[in-house]
Amino acid sequence: MTAAIELRGVRKEFPGGAVAVDDVSLTVGAGSVFGVVGHSGAGKSTLLRLVNGLEEPTAGSVLLDGQDLAALGERRLRPVRRDIGMIFQQFNLFRSRTVLGNVTYPLRLAGLDRAAARARAEETLDFVGLAGHGKRYPEQLSGGQRQRVGIARALATRPKVLLCDEATSALDPQTTGEVLALLRRVNRELGVTILLITHEMEVVRTLCDRVAVMEDGRVVESGEVYEVFARPAHPTTAAFVRSALHGEPDGPLLERLRARHPGRLVTVPVVDGAAVLDDLSPLLRENGVDFTLVHGGVAEVRGRPLGSVTLALRGGDAAVEAVVRGLAAPAQREAGVR
Amino acid sequence: MKADWSTFWPKVVDATGETVYMVLITLALSTVLGLAVGLALYATRKGGVLPNRLVHAVLGTFINVIRPVPFIIAIVALAPVTRAVVGTMIGTDAAVFPMTIVATFGIARIVESNLLSVEPGVIEAARSMGAGPLRILLTVLVPEALGPLVLGLTFMLVALIDFSAVAGTVGGGGVGNLAMTYGYLRFDTSVMVVTVLVLIALVQSAQFLGDRVSRRILRR
Repeated sequence: MTAAIELRGVRKEFPGGAVAVDDVSLTVGAGSVFGVVGHSGAGKSTLLRLVNGLEEPTAGSVLLDGQDLAALGERRLRPVRRDIGMIFQQFNLFRSRTVLGNVTYPLRLAGLDRAAARARAEETLDFVGLAGHGKRYPEQLSGGQRQRVGIARALATRPKVLLCDEATSALDPQTTGEVLALLRRVNRELGVTILLITHEMEVVRTLCDRVAVMEDGRVVESGEVYEVFARPAHPTTAAFVRSALHGEPDGPLLERLRARHPGRLVTVPVVDGAAVLDDLSPLLRENGVDFTLVHGGVAEVRGRPLGSVTLALRGGDAAVEAVVRGLAAPAQREAGVR
Repeated sequence: MKADWSTFWPKVVDATGETVYMVLITLALSTVLGLAVGLALYATRKGGVLPNRLVHAVLGTFINVIRPVPFIIAIVALAPVTRAVVGTMIGTDAAVFPMTIVATFGIARIVESNLLSVEPGVIEAARSMGAGPLRILLTVLVPEALGPLVLGLTFMLVALIDFSAVAGTVGGGGVGNLAMTYGYLRFDTSVMVVTVLVLIALVQSAQFLGDRVSRRILRR
């Protein structure tokens, strides 16, 4: 897979000394969806703006299709930006223009004549599901529709790359789902490479191929989405993963579970390819141990199951111990003993 | 000697015409010039689309020197320049010159403050599409700020009606001149009342028109 976007040792320091991005290197494969997740202030926004030259790196290089942006001046950056669409959390539509006017704007900028721009804009509005809304003004649309206009405006010039700046953070869950589904179509049907930043792990789970986790300007962890979800290495990553998978009980919940259920609590991870759960049933039967399912959840991450279930085991001490030891796959974690 | 209203009405009509002429010419000239200066002021500020500290400071200081000068002083102070440019210091055309100068810098500030109220995100969106500074100024910022801009220009239009009356008292013609020569100098209250009513009617129409246009632009 060739790289659509490549960042090499990129650093961004603002006047006054604040370092927003600190020695970040990452590669976004052509045709893939790459997510950068982090809390606000982690430097994600700045990182995204380095990719289309809205911000200039203090050090390191940003390569688009192998071309170094730093080598271009502001004037020569402009045509490059037309090949990179961008959408925003607050949509940033032109309120003085109609929906059609918003979508034709970048096309007129790219030199299309009025008729050609109009035809292309209508085609693009049709793709995002807003055919017939061209004459309306942004304030007459719902949030989800406004973001669709934003997407149409970003895609009108048929860019190879789409940058998404918290594109769904201002939307309700249902609308978020619709916009994410549209972005997936943009990626699959149009082959557009997507680089998105978000603080919602749910967005990463449903849309991304790869993810990078940012903290204090640095990438603390990155990898294929399922791998990062299944085996988060950094505490920040683990916290983000927990926000999207509600399987594993944390401290206070564990206390309540212990109070409610007699027996020994065991949390069994559900990871694709690790057959821990499959071993459970024979183990319980052989040792004469009963169980109650007390907590858990299994979600689908990129088409593969991921999550955990917590069981309360009841039986003789030796028998329960045998089950726990029997489950001793490396991924098995003990929740606690009553 | 009180005014003979059978012969005086045509004078009122003529004077009103002169006032409207002065005000509209001034508004047209100062809108074009004020827009240019206001755009320059906005664009050159720190973090603007064409930041330039020197140009911004020079423009800002210049405006701050001109604006506090009371209009009646400005007319007198600018008189030599007026004569050099217009060829005379008396009459409606002569009044247009100082009015335009003063209004231009007022409008420049109105333009600057209205452009500043445009959301930065919209400018960023235009930049991300590859729009250059000049294009952003003219095709994004001005249209986005047009509604409040028209209200600001209406404010200036009303101020210009006032200015024109002031200019009239020092030989500028128009309704102000009428009020001065017939109403004030001859203690004719009826002329005073009529001229004030004419000015009120002009201000009301200007405000009504400005409100309508801005309402149309803002769609509310």
